[in-house]
Amino acid sequence: MTDDIARAAGHTDPPPRMGFFTDTSVCIGCKACEVACKEWNAIPEDGLELTGMSYDNTQGLGADTWRHVAFVEQRRPLGGAASGAGDVDVFDAARDLAPAPGNGELRWLMSSDVCKHCTRAACLDVCPTGSLFRTEFGTVVVQEDICNGCGYCVTACPYGVIDQRPGDGRAWKCTLCYDRLGVGMEPACAKSCPTDSIQFGPLEELRERAADRVAQLRAAGVDDARLYGEDPEDGVGGDGAFFLLLDEPEVYGLPPDPVVSTRDLPTMWRHAAAAAASLAALAVVSFAGRPR
Amino acid sequence: MSGAPRDAVEGAGRRRRRRGRGEQAVVPDAEFASYYGRPILKRPRWRPLDIAGYLALGGLAGASSLLAAGADATARPALARTAKLGAAGAISLSLAALVHDLGRPSRFLNMLRVVKPTSPMNLGSWLLAGYAPLTMAAAAADVAGRYRAVGAAATASAAALGPAVATYTAVLVSDTAVPAWHGGRRDLPFVFAGSGATAAAGLALVAAPGEETGPARRMAVLGAVLELGAFQLMKRRLGLVAEPYEEGRPRAMLRAAEALTAGGAALAVCAGRRGRARAVLAGTALLAGSTAMRLAVFHAGVASAEDPKYTVVPQRERLEARSRDGDGRP
Repeated sequence: MTDDIARAAGHTDPPPRMGFFTDTSVCIGCKACEVACKEWNAIPEDGLELTGMSYDNTQGLGADTWRHVAFVEQRRPLGGAASGAGDVDVFDAARDLAPAPGNGELRWLMSSDVCKHCTRAACLDVCPTGSLFRTEFGTVVVQEDICNGCGYCVTACPYGVIDQRPGDGRAWKCTLCYDRLGVGMEPACAKSCPTDSIQFGPLEELRERAADRVAQLRAAGVDDARLYGEDPEDGVGGDGAFFLLLDEPEVYGLPPDPVVSTRDLPTMWRHAAAAAASLAALAVVSFAGRPR
Repeated sequence: MSGAPRDAVEGAGRRRRRRGRGEQAVVPDAEFASYYGRPILKRPRWRPLDIAGYLALGGLAGASSLLAAGADATARPALARTAKLGAAGAISLSLAALVHDLGRPSRFLNMLRVVKPTSPMNLGSWLLAGYAPLTMAAAAADVAGRYRAVGAAATASAAALGPAVATYTAVLVSDTAVPAWHGGRRDLPFVFAGSGATAAAGLALVAAPGEETGPARRMAVLGAVLELGAFQLMKRRLGLVAEPYEEGRPRAMLRAAEALTAGGAALAVCAGRRGRARAVLAGTALLAGSTAMRLAVFHAGVASAEDPKYTVVPQRERLEARSRDGDGRP
């Protein structure tokens, strides 16, 4: 059951776990999600820079960017990817007009990245103040009136999502629009997405929908289509916000096999205890030597 | 957003990275894909001096409490006073560094709002909340020469908590996504334990008279062996992720740490009970060596987070190993 984590966090009778399914195969890179997120959450401006690397001038998620659209430019044989899995055939027609060069055609991969709202969230685990908490929707949210800006969550996140806001000192990240969810609305990014690349809903339903979509794309010849973060057995127990990608995760700036660091916490404490015992023994030996 | 993207012109795709300056590769160059060479992880926002200082001072304090209790038990009053004052002073500075590093220092006490076993920083805060007053009570009773029973109890209790104070910080930095820290989770506690011992021994050598510092000299040698030995083990275990320790600034700090710690320990033994100047020099070297080691670990961690290679390549290898061995889960 996907609402188990909300129960484990102390919510009685929680609603179903909510999440995002971001289907990057239909993302058109319009960045409406970035804008809607900034607008709704009143996130401060964090610099208008031209990176020169692509149309991506946002660069990555951070304290002041809770949705980030990645632009990846590639040359490779397109297969069925150009036409997607729909019934559009204009690309087939175009291909007949101009044969592809040997190294394949140019393709754009666009993907709207967001906080993954992990089932086993490292940021939440390591937060020393309890500022980060699990909501009744199974999402992970920072309480800004509690956060003391220790920065532990920043180093703990295996996806590099959460960050400290300069000048403010506290940690900030996507709340999955906790305020909107509370009144039955969908998050601003999903609401604004013109192609439904960002889909919001109960996680179980999204997983079914995603499995269907991958099968559909594969059948259409898009062999690279794969889901990322949907597996409850992965190193973070599955993501509340997962993705359909058309290449390896690292191409989009995502870790290929993220693991929640607290998984190894018992081992770490055992080694620390052994080291502490060594230190005590070392001191005893130091004093037990010849009297000087 | 800060910082211009590196390798912006290379675009996203598979590429082979070349290392500069003709350095000897620990592991052959790995081929991996990335998003325009940008880091996957966030750079730790901790300030180097604050957090490396917090780690070093915690080690100094914890091991000093052991020296203090030992000195009390073996009737070495000058060594005991040095160690007690050292522990109290170091843990106070350590706490000050920790608070100074917070984005909202006035909310420091929020650390004690909850008891949270999954957060080493939370447990560490509780540990320090218990330990710091004990060191101060021990030092105050010693200096005042009164309340001996209270002082003895405080000294013994501080010594009981000291080893934990010196080593929990290794768990704190290992329990992160930072490859060079998380990968060192088995060995870092021993590195920190040894480093704390050399620092405490160093302070004793600087400030206590030679006829009482025999245990400190032995502690310096044993600590140096533990610290440097555990560090070598860690580097071997880290494989590719050991690279950040052997490049650029961390490398320079590491070499300094090794030279100062080994040299300081050797000099401490040579100084014996009479070479006062040599003892002070040895102690200073040991203190500097311990600090350099924490700085090296800190900066290597930051470097490992900033290069996507250390995130992607080990994870890819893990995935490939899993697919080779059937679908074993992480």
